[in-house]
Amino acid sequence: MSEALLRLDKVTMQFGGLKAVCDLDLEIPAGSLYGLIGPNGAGKTTVFNLITGVYTPTAGSIHFEQRSIHGLRPSAIARRGITRTFQNIRLFGSRCCRDNVCIAQHQHTTAGILDAVLRTKRFADDERAMQQRAQELLEVMGLGEWGDTLAAELPYGQQRRLEIARALAGKPRLLLLDEPAAGLNPQESEELMHLIEGLRKRFGIAILLIEHDMRVVMGICERIAVLDYGVKIAEGNPLEIRNDPKVVEAYLGEDVHAADATT
Amino acid sequence: MRRALWGVGLLAVIWLVDYIAPRMVNAYIMQIAVLCGINVILAVSLNLINGFTGQFSIGHAGFMAVGAYGAAMFTLGVGQSWVAGLVAAGVPAPIAQGIALSVALVIGGLVAAVAGYLVGLPSLRLRGDYLAIVTLGFGEIIRVLILNIEAVGGARGLFGIPVWVSLFWVLVGATGVVLLSRHLAHSTHGRALFAIRDDEVAAEALGVDTTRYKVLAFVMGSFFAGIAGGLFAHFLGYLNPSSFSFLKSIEVIAMVVLGGMGSISGAVIAAILLTALPEVLRPVKDYRMVLYALMLIVLMITRPQGLMGSRELSWPRFLKRRKAGAAA
Repeated sequence: MSEALLRLDKVTMQFGGLKAVCDLDLEIPAGSLYGLIGPNGAGKTTVFNLITGVYTPTAGSIHFEQRSIHGLRPSAIARRGITRTFQNIRLFGSRCCRDNVCIAQHQHTTAGILDAVLRTKRFADDERAMQQRAQELLEVMGLGEWGDTLAAELPYGQQRRLEIARALAGKPRLLLLDEPAAGLNPQESEELMHLIEGLRKRFGIAILLIEHDMRVVMGICERIAVLDYGVKIAEGNPLEIRNDPKVVEAYLGEDVHAADATT
Repeated sequence: MRRALWGVGLLAVIWLVDYIAPRMVNAYIMQIAVLCGINVILAVSLNLINGFTGQFSIGHAGFMAVGAYGAAMFTLGVGQSWVAGLVAAGVPAPIAQGIALSVALVIGGLVAAVAGYLVGLPSLRLRGDYLAIVTLGFGEIIRVLILNIEAVGGARGLFGIPVWVSLFWVLVGATGVVLLSRHLAHSTHGRALFAIRDDEVAAEALGVDTTRYKVLAFVMGSFFAGIAGGLFAHFLGYLNPSSFSFLKSIEVIAMVVLGGMGSISGAVIAAILLTALPEVLRPVKDYRMVLYALMLIVLMITRPQGLMGSRELSWPRFLKRRKAGAAA
């Protein structure tokens, strides 16, 4: 287990008198599909913000690939190989979809500012490779046709997909998805979940998923951790989670039976 | 090779314009043309900071002043004797002056870039209105400093700067700045700047070092503003701190906003328009500035996104539109 891709040790995040996350231990194995669930305000997004460096934990440590990422800037963590999507979509609205994906490839370019303003050969090669890869990623996410559309003008469902394409462009080894299916109808969200499952195989990456829609998390995640008031109250495979009385009591309630009924 | 040809061709065109223009129009119009060119550089450079990156600097005249005084002091201290030496060695005067001027402009730009770096640092912690206040303070500090340093002429101003700048140099400078800024916009670095403007948190999360790019925008913008200042100094032959007041900064901001935040072609058009307009309105005498202000207000009400919005003039778009028009 010491070979976990990402390891959180006793991570605590305190905002004034409020402990948003408390003594959280979490291990994400390489190449896994891991679910993080919990009721509203349980601290799920705070966990993402801790992993990506938006917040620095008040106590505890976070290791990615055996190296501490404590106190690194978000951009430095992204360059180490963790990228994310946002719950409230944060696309670069004034840019076209292809540009949105290109921006995330920024860290992999070698051409400097001088190459760019003087249009050297290195710049041209870089640019061509970037555009090509952007198009590939858009096609993977089913957005091949939308390359020249402004991100802000994209339909809502496609915006969610573009966020994932953009996060993939950073060539992550760990992809964090913050409620990727929020606001999608059941059919759309099921399609998206199949797509996410495919991404893991295709790119060989680990995915940590926050999700509200229990059915989809149960359907695709191998392991699930449950947060309630910043504390991890359960962890295990979907079956264990479903039958854990603490989880049922704290959060799932009738939802779990509904999920049972459909499976 | 192709690009070298383009460059030579462009220079030839600019030289031709410089050769023909004085024979077609009077000195007054030539002067306005030069000021248009300088303002184009200023507007395009501020557009890098305010338009591309979405920061709010209102101290651009400060960078221009630093560049103007830096370049002028170099010329007065060193450049002039270079020219004298080169001419004595048999180099034609215009070429000798061109060499000295180029060096002076680069030095002016570099001094301004250092100032830009210093002002850019607070931009890491501040944004919007707060950053605006800091840059406003910077602009005023520069002006008051110059006003009180006797070595650069103080309140009397700096006299005796050789007049080496003709329309040719201003056109070369403006064309260069526009081209460089256009190339930047279409590169990964330009996209990083746009990303910061659209959503700084997302840009950072995707690996864009927002710290570096925000400072970089300031450094590049002030470098070009410094060059504009150097051209200004060697065009008028006289510098006075009052030319670099807060009003000058506002004038440049008006150009960027009117042109459309982030649009290079918009900045160019608006700079020319706002420089020429007060002159065109001279016949109405006392009402000139009233009319000028009124036109600005009407324009902003009817086109709040600016003349060009965030678009650029480009051949493909123009051709597409013509084709669409023909089909309809």
